[in-house]
Amino acid sequence: MSSTKFILGCFEDPDEMMDGITLLQQNSVPIYDVYTPMPIHGIEAKLGIKDSRLGYAAFMFGCLGGTVIFSLVYYFMVHDWPMNIGSKPAFAIPDFIPVTFEWTVLYTAFGTVATFFFATHLFPGRTPRVMDYRATNDRFVIAIDAKGNTPHADITNLLKEAGAVEVKHNDRKYVSYEI
Amino acid sequence: MSSHNESIIREPLITGKNITYAQITDDILRPVEKLPGKAWWIGFSVASMGATLWLFAVSYTFWYGIGSWGLNKTVGWAWDITGFVWWVGIGHAGTLISAILLLFRQKWRNSINRSAEAMTIFAVICAASYIVAHMGRPWMAVYSLPLPNQYGSLWVNFNSPLIWDVFAISTYFSVSLVFWYTGLLPDIATIRDRATGIRRKVYSVLSFGWTGSVKTWQRFETVSLILAGISTPLVLSVHSIVSMDFATSLEPGWHTTIFPPYFVAGAIFSGFAMVQTLLLIARKVLGLENYITMFHIEAMNKIIILTGSIVMVAYSTEFFIAYYSQVEYEQYAFINRYFGPYWWASWSMFCCNCVIPQVLWIKKVRRNIAATWFLSIIINIGMWFERFVIIVTSLHRDFLPSSWAMFYPTWIDISIFVGSIGVFFTCFLLFMRVLPSIAIAEVKLILKGSSEQSKKKILADGHVDKEQAEFYVDALTKFDSVEMAEYQKA
Repeated sequence: MSSTKFILGCFEDPDEMMDGITLLQQNSVPIYDVYTPMPIHGIEAKLGIKDSRLGYAAFMFGCLGGTVIFSLVYYFMVHDWPMNIGSKPAFAIPDFIPVTFEWTVLYTAFGTVATFFFATHLFPGRTPRVMDYRATNDRFVIAIDAKGNTPHADITNLLKEAGAVEVKHNDRKYVSYEI
Repeated sequence: MSSHNESIIREPLITGKNITYAQITDDILRPVEKLPGKAWWIGFSVASMGATLWLFAVSYTFWYGIGSWGLNKTVGWAWDITGFVWWVGIGHAGTLISAILLLFRQKWRNSINRSAEAMTIFAVICAASYIVAHMGRPWMAVYSLPLPNQYGSLWVNFNSPLIWDVFAISTYFSVSLVFWYTGLLPDIATIRDRATGIRRKVYSVLSFGWTGSVKTWQRFETVSLILAGISTPLVLSVHSIVSMDFATSLEPGWHTTIFPPYFVAGAIFSGFAMVQTLLLIARKVLGLENYITMFHIEAMNKIIILTGSIVMVAYSTEFFIAYYSQVEYEQYAFINRYFGPYWWASWSMFCCNCVIPQVLWIKKVRRNIAATWFLSIIINIGMWFERFVIIVTSLHRDFLPSSWAMFYPTWIDISIFVGSIGVFFTCFLLFMRVLPSIAIAEVKLILKGSSEQSKKKILADGHVDKEQAEFYVDALTKFDSVEMAEYQKA
């Protein structure tokens, strides 16, 4: 039994990599993931990845931020200590708009980014799970789980056919763990 | 998307021959991965001397109090708030480039957004330092927060634009920081994967474990779009609220409804001038002429001429409305502004912001690097004068002629201002040393569609309308980074 854990098809051109994905899919080879130095538009549809739901999170955080600050300002300025400023109403809604807007934006920004980091497991100090060091530089890498996907030579040929400049048979999933 | 060819008549955003993805990485990371050259050390030495001066002057202020400034009971705001508004204004260009141009799908933003956003962050730091410094006793900053206290609780007044400003500036700073850092993650990962030893460890922590998988990129782009969407109204709100510090007062010369849009236009105007000041030098010193091209410089000059002209219309409108209002005090404030003892400041402002930048209508000036750089300095000076004029000339002659006064800055005032420029450049130079000054991933994104080499290939294939091809080649002549000889023989 081969000790290969992952097969990596390294492309130097994003279009060729897309061809590689098509070819693998035509041959029913499941793709583990794709690592690229830049976002590839249209790849989600091809790999059947659902749309991101971060927009909903952003909306909810925005609503939360606006509600929190408006309630607080209402409590401060109307309920707890209403001030008589020339007999004008204490509940001066137009005056509350700037801070309400700012906190809506603040909560949206921090909430969305925190959700993104949480969902993607990004945080300071997380060990990078790198399969190929050049995937953040100039290589577009298709990763295929070697287990159960045989014969490996066929997969290699498919990747080469699509234009892969290098096909790696890695014994470890993450090369970054070696250091 | 990556295989999509855009129309040939669009100018290239990346010039140069045989640019590969690897070369983009190498070019942009050169200043980060190599030891800095002499130019950097000279700049850094000068900047850190400025920062030291700032540290000294601010400490002096805190020790001896606001009395060490040239303020008097008539002119209670002067260089401090001038400096504050100037720096916040400068910051606005960064957000405009990173957020508004993203929403408008302006691809040329990709190579200037990173450094412009960094500029935003450092400018807002300088601005915030003025706010804290002008309190005299910085620990008093706590009273701007609505915290429970023993006086009731007596809360802060949410009817006051000064409190709105606390919320606006702090939100602006933190959201800009988050936006900037999220955008940096993929590029920090690039540095990490090329580095060794301790550098790899440091950048590994900073990269948050970025891998560049499909889902990560998808979410990254969604987050970028959402942040751009909320940063756009945010940046407009920030300078509107800053302007309300003045506009909601009853001070003749400040009490004008035109202030919010006028301040926002002025902010973008001064911000782009500062971007030009920084990037024209950076592109030369760092050898990034292929990424920050003449197209970028000209595009920014066009924004400068637009916003500068809006500012000119605003100045004229203000003057006209003062006359039209038939309010004696308002009329006096404006006559005094341009023909009183501070005439030199007002006319410096008018010349630097309205008259001189009009030469940018001329194509040759717009495409001349030395002229652009010189103009950017002129605009920086002019916009500083604008804030000085608005603040000091409106205050120095108040309703009681017996309290009329002039403002004379002390050496502490001057040191804090000069020093804040030092702080700004110290931060900026350090940033260029440790982080990529161009968004690597975003530049890679436009390599296939919008680069000179890809367009040259299309031209060579010969399926292009002849007229369009000529138009394109003609447009290339303005680039200082394109070798025209290759196009002539073709």
